[in-house]
Amino acid sequence: MSTASVPLPNWITYGLLPLINLVVAFLISGLVVWFIGEDPIQAVTLMLQGALGRGEGIGFTLFYATNFIFTGLSVAVAIHAGLFNIGSEGQAYLGGLGCALVALALDNYVPWYVTMPFAVIGAGLFGAAWAFIPAWLQAKRGSHVVITTIMFNFIGSALMVYLLVNVLIVPGKMAPETRTFLPGGTLPDLGWLIALFGGKIGAAPFNVSFLIALVMSFVVWVLIWRTKLGYEIRTLGISPSAAVYAGIPYSRTVIVAMLLSGAMAGMMALNVVMGQSQRLQVEFVGGAGFVGIAVSLMGRNHPFGIILASILFGVLYQGGTELSFDMPNITRDMIVVIQGLVILFAGALEYMFRPAMVRAYQKFVKA
Amino acid sequence: MDVAYFDLLISVLGSTIRLSIPLLFTALAGLFSERAGIFDIGLEGKMLAAAFASAVAAYGTGSPWIGLLAGVGVSVAFSLVHGFASITNRGNQIVSGVAINFVTAGLTAVLGNAWFSQGGRTPPLGASARFGEIVLPGAEAARDMGVIGHFYANVISGHNILTYLAFAAVPLSWWILYRTRFGLRLRAVGENPGAVDTAGISVTWLRYRATICAGILCGFSGTYLAVAQSASFITNMSAGKGYIALAALIFAKWRPVPIMLSCLLFGFLDAFANFMQGKKVPGIGEVPVQIFQALPYILTCILLAGFIGVANAPKAGGVPYVKER
Repeated sequence: MSTASVPLPNWITYGLLPLINLVVAFLISGLVVWFIGEDPIQAVTLMLQGALGRGEGIGFTLFYATNFIFTGLSVAVAIHAGLFNIGSEGQAYLGGLGCALVALALDNYVPWYVTMPFAVIGAGLFGAAWAFIPAWLQAKRGSHVVITTIMFNFIGSALMVYLLVNVLIVPGKMAPETRTFLPGGTLPDLGWLIALFGGKIGAAPFNVSFLIALVMSFVVWVLIWRTKLGYEIRTLGISPSAAVYAGIPYSRTVIVAMLLSGAMAGMMALNVVMGQSQRLQVEFVGGAGFVGIAVSLMGRNHPFGIILASILFGVLYQGGTELSFDMPNITRDMIVVIQGLVILFAGALEYMFRPAMVRAYQKFVKA
Repeated sequence: MDVAYFDLLISVLGSTIRLSIPLLFTALAGLFSERAGIFDIGLEGKMLAAAFASAVAAYGTGSPWIGLLAGVGVSVAFSLVHGFASITNRGNQIVSGVAINFVTAGLTAVLGNAWFSQGGRTPPLGASARFGEIVLPGAEAARDMGVIGHFYANVISGHNILTYLAFAAVPLSWWILYRTRFGLRLRAVGENPGAVDTAGISVTWLRYRATICAGILCGFSGTYLAVAQSASFITNMSAGKGYIALAALIFAKWRPVPIMLSCLLFGFLDAFANFMQGKKVPGIGEVPVQIFQALPYILTCILLAGFIGVANAPKAGGVPYVKER
């Protein structure tokens, strides 16, 4: 009998197997570190100290994690509908335009808590809008959403550079960025939250977006597992033909799922544009959209798993930055390697250890 | 025709050729892989890894050919990883490709920095460690012989060996795919692997061979970037070319000769964008270069939408083959 059809208990499928995959990814990363002549154990220690040792480090870690929660949710919502949205990067970029326009329009007149809901809507709308054409093409014309979202990342990037260089730039300045927002267009930091645990936030740009991300995680959970729409999305993801047979409208569900996905990605911009740099800059997304793929895979497309995976990646990003100061031989690019290995082992090779695990489990049950 | 304009046209065409070569190798790589039913988002990464490996090997040995060998070797190794994940383990091909892009982008930068401490660059290659320009016979004499001679001397002649190999790879790929038993089976396995399996041919081995072909061609394109076009590896030097090649592959509807044409078109757009930078068009003003940068992607989306003919992907693309249910 083939091992593929043998059921395993949930704690193995959702706990042990992902853990083994993750450990293998980290072991290989350790080998790379060892290969370039550094001590992997010391590297891990330095990383953890840098990411979690002080209040400021924790602030940065959670700041990065906030980005990844949004993009992870974006990828997850699409995956539940059976769609692979590689376009979170571009959707987040356009989301930045949405929240920057809101901030530029309102920051002079109202305090930040009035601007915030409009900025959330603006970022979400623009992100969703950028997902709409690939969604429509998939739903109505059958164009593969993976390919069109890749194309739209590049089109979005060209569009944003054009807008920043030619339209939104401050006249007389060289840097392709908008003016700095006034306090009414920014999101305040969460220094008090870090202080609650006895730390100091320092220069870390950890801000209110983190709370928005947590709310959105809850919203996505309710939406996917507790609403009719979520049920339709999941049915479509598991079997499009069964979904259509059951009367679930294919085109509408595909488009709605992609719009939600785009909106989640777009909101990632709140964290960077309004929380951190307080202006819209070129390339501010910096690959967070792609990290969303890793985070969603690792978190098994569940909001709770995504939050945990995002914090892990936050540790990697912040720890990796600190590490590159202490061990100049290991540049920040090491994070990208680890990320790639996590995607490879937790994603593409996710079932590699399953046959062995099934045999071990069967022996264990018989004994 | 005005002589000055003609010289400009010749120079734009010359750079069109240079810019389309990496696209051509890479798109042909994608052709072999996708025609066998294996989606390959990892073209970009394999190209980058090959560029790094070839630059390091060419620097170490002083021979561009050993550089090419190293580039091809590393690229094939990543192809095998892709094959292992998506054929043997039936993993998601897109995810595997994305992973390869990440690993290669990170690894080339980390290793480059650790080995050479030049911010991820590899040391510059001397002329003998690169693929130099080849002046075709009669090019010097033809230079002054009217339009055709000028074209021959400045557009056709004066490229490196890899450029000519790229154009030779087009009919060769066509011949392999459409005139050999291997090609027939490769195309069949991308459309209906079940039928191939029933005929007693190993789907697994066939698909592995297709990904190896893709690896070899990506090796050539990476080597072209680092050892022919430039004289060293620079961090992230593939800069999205793998994705443009993917667009070119789709734009050509997965066929060899149209691939060459679409790569030349996208190369021309790139060359034209460089040429137009900062120039004013009478009546319109300065045309933003971003339009030319985005055009290959926009055209591909329009094609995918079915507004310019229909792009039918290989039917079994992206679906892992399960032998018995």
